[in-house]
Amino acid sequence: MSFAAPLVRLTVSQYERILAHCYHGLPDEACGLLAGPVSNGDEPTGVVTEVYPARNAAASARVYTVDSGDQLRAMRDAEAHGVEIVGCWHSHTNTDPYPSPTDIDQAKWYPTWLYLIVSLRDVAPMLRAYRIRDGVAAECAVTLERG
Amino acid sequence: MAVDVRLPTLLRPHVDGAASISADGATIGEVFGELSSKYPGLEGQLVDESGSLHKFVNVYVNDDDIRYLDQLDTKVSDGDVVSILPAVAGG
Repeated sequence: MSFAAPLVRLTVSQYERILAHCYHGLPDEACGLLAGPVSNGDEPTGVVTEVYPARNAAASARVYTVDSGDQLRAMRDAEAHGVEIVGCWHSHTNTDPYPSPTDIDQAKWYPTWLYLIVSLRDVAPMLRAYRIRDGVAAECAVTLERG
Repeated sequence: MAVDVRLPTLLRPHVDGAASISADGATIGEVFGELSSKYPGLEGQLVDESGSLHKFVNVYVNDDDIRYLDQLDTKVSDGDVVSILPAVAGG
């Protein structure tokens, strides 16, 4: 693997907001953005300072597109807090929490980002995180911290 | 009309690495036309083969998404900031 897979550090409340938005979006996929600090240029450190639930402009159970207005607002908010958008998250309503071919293709636009996927296939949700670069997905460990 | 066009990281290699460039035009379509003739690497990145805004590219004039204005016919004024952001999408 030619790129770092940082430890993704979510707080419990961030995790709960992500899950709530994913369930709220059913039967469609839900999505959102992550803000945090970067180092070595644009590389996320794994620390997440904010999660931004967004509307799925595609309104689909198979694909998602973060609403363009929500995207701009999140970017501006991150800039105002001295951090950057470092990733995104979305739900898979009926499949494993693994990047789909569409996810891997679209990741070319943001090759430094963290990609979190929440699978709602089973009774218990499954959250996984990845870096995706040059068509290759590498899983990152995720920890939940108090807060 | 000179506008300030802000480019995403992935498109910067096509404009000699610049994060933002100045361009002229009365509409977004004209601004993109000038950019594409000056920087041929941008051709096809912003506008698709049918002449419409590329599906996975968001373009904002100041804070307004041009999809909700007049698309590529959206008028620009001197000093406007045109931000190009790839859409965040997947499946």
